[in-house]
Amino acid sequence: MTFQPLPMVTDDNAPFWEGGEVGELRINRCRECRTWFHPPAPVCPECLSMNVGPEVASGRAKVAAYTINVQAWSPELEAPYVLAYVELDDQPDVRLTTRLIDCAPADVRVGMPVEVTFQAAEDIWLPLFRPVKGY
Amino acid sequence: MSIPARTPVLGERNAVISGIGQSAVGRKLGRTGISLTVEAALAAIADAGLTRDDIDGVASYPGAMDSSPGMAPTGVPELKDALRLKVNWFSGGGEVPAQLGAVFNAVAAVSCGLANHVLVFRTVNESTAQTAGRRASVVGSGGSRIGGAMQYLVPFHAVSAANWVGMYAQRYMHQYGLQREHLGQIALNARRHAALNPRAIFRDPLTMDDYMNARMVSWPLGLYDCDIPCDGSVALIVSRADAAPDLKQVVRIESIGSALHGRDSWDQREDLTTMASHDAAKMMWSRTDLKPTDVDSAHLYDGFSYLCMQWLEALGFFPKGEAAGFLEGGESRIGLGGELPLNTNGGQLSAGRLHGYGYLHEACVQLRGEGGDRQVQGAEVSVVGAGGGPLGGCILLTKDR
Repeated sequence: MTFQPLPMVTDDNAPFWEGGEVGELRINRCRECRTWFHPPAPVCPECLSMNVGPEVASGRAKVAAYTINVQAWSPELEAPYVLAYVELDDQPDVRLTTRLIDCAPADVRVGMPVEVTFQAAEDIWLPLFRPVKGY
Repeated sequence: MSIPARTPVLGERNAVISGIGQSAVGRKLGRTGISLTVEAALAAIADAGLTRDDIDGVASYPGAMDSSPGMAPTGVPELKDALRLKVNWFSGGGEVPAQLGAVFNAVAAVSCGLANHVLVFRTVNESTAQTAGRRASVVGSGGSRIGGAMQYLVPFHAVSAANWVGMYAQRYMHQYGLQREHLGQIALNARRHAALNPRAIFRDPLTMDDYMNARMVSWPLGLYDCDIPCDGSVALIVSRADAAPDLKQVVRIESIGSALHGRDSWDQREDLTTMASHDAAKMMWSRTDLKPTDVDSAHLYDGFSYLCMQWLEALGFFPKGEAAGFLEGGESRIGLGGELPLNTNGGQLSAGRLHGYGYLHEACVQLRGEGGDRQVQGAEVSVVGAGGGPLGGCILLTKDR
């Protein structure tokens, strides 16, 4: 058995976990005051409107913090790998925890522009990020 | 959001810690959770000068969890039944302000008269569980689908708290010029104090070279930035102040910090260079006239060295962002004879992961003057802070005067 713990898909989180099938990073947004928020919830945290739903975000983000995981927690996890909290260009206080790919551990920096890329796993698509080309 | 206003007679001052107990603590003891718990509980009851029949309340953190081997082997029902306790109030669970939440619940219960003597405990046997090939600290190793907040971390292989905390530490280093050597001072300090504590697990000297050359876990956190899984149990008795039988043993509760005003999340917290500890500490100080300069000993969560540094900052022992300058002082700052003796029992880094309750036990030892070789002379005020990330709670304790 490979170590690939996956999310339990529900009505609330399905747009986020399944948007990658069509290349879309779907984040919840208020249709009244236009605030983005994550994780998905049925109410806008700013104006308390319940008129909210997933919208397609740009997929662009910047690295807010990172760690280079060296410990082999499980034989299936090939270390080292780079983990990051990234803040979305659409609204920087919305962050995602993600794994950076196509990025050597020595190259990662705070503020580095990254873009989403999806990795299929069973019935969901993981939003991973990679450095924007030319950076 | 405002913090509850200070009232003339604060509820937490109606409660005291009347007794403490600790089981054997060690690696691979091969003991069950309930066995360790009963040992600690009976010691605490006897220490308070009480009998089993006096205990009318029980509280624990985080409740029994079969899914996380060794992390929470024993819950409230099992202990109540083992000792056939007749209780008027009880509470166990994890949705509280970090590990000390069970203590806060007990204080609230005795302060409003639901119970007179609450037995509070925390038990782990992670070391024994690991021997059996099960690892509690790697989330997702159970193989089933993940819900709740963990679903947004673990599928990306951010499987360990070392990863989540590592990102916070990296950001603070980037923003404020903290270096690994500064965090190393916390690890070295813990080891120096562990050498003076017969019940600590790792007591051999640790040098800065050892620290810097140890293998990396999750940058910038290396092996000695991470605490040690162990087996053990701590129990204490929280009593109504006017019902405590032996005033010589009493430790007073000055104020509690249980606030969380930031997002209840690892990755969404507004300021990645602070944690829940900052919210909790602000509340604690708002409920007392004492100041950080009044603190004689600090017992602050060092599940990772970085979390301990965050507690020091949160509690106001140095201004925001100035951890490097403070920790550079090493032993003269945080050693036994220093400005602020820190983690005098060796902390979780060297004495074992009793998950918040080792600090509480040690703070009581210090305030009762029972620290032996590691006693802080004239200790009258001690602070305990536990938790990291979105988890945080702290308590200010004083010697009975």
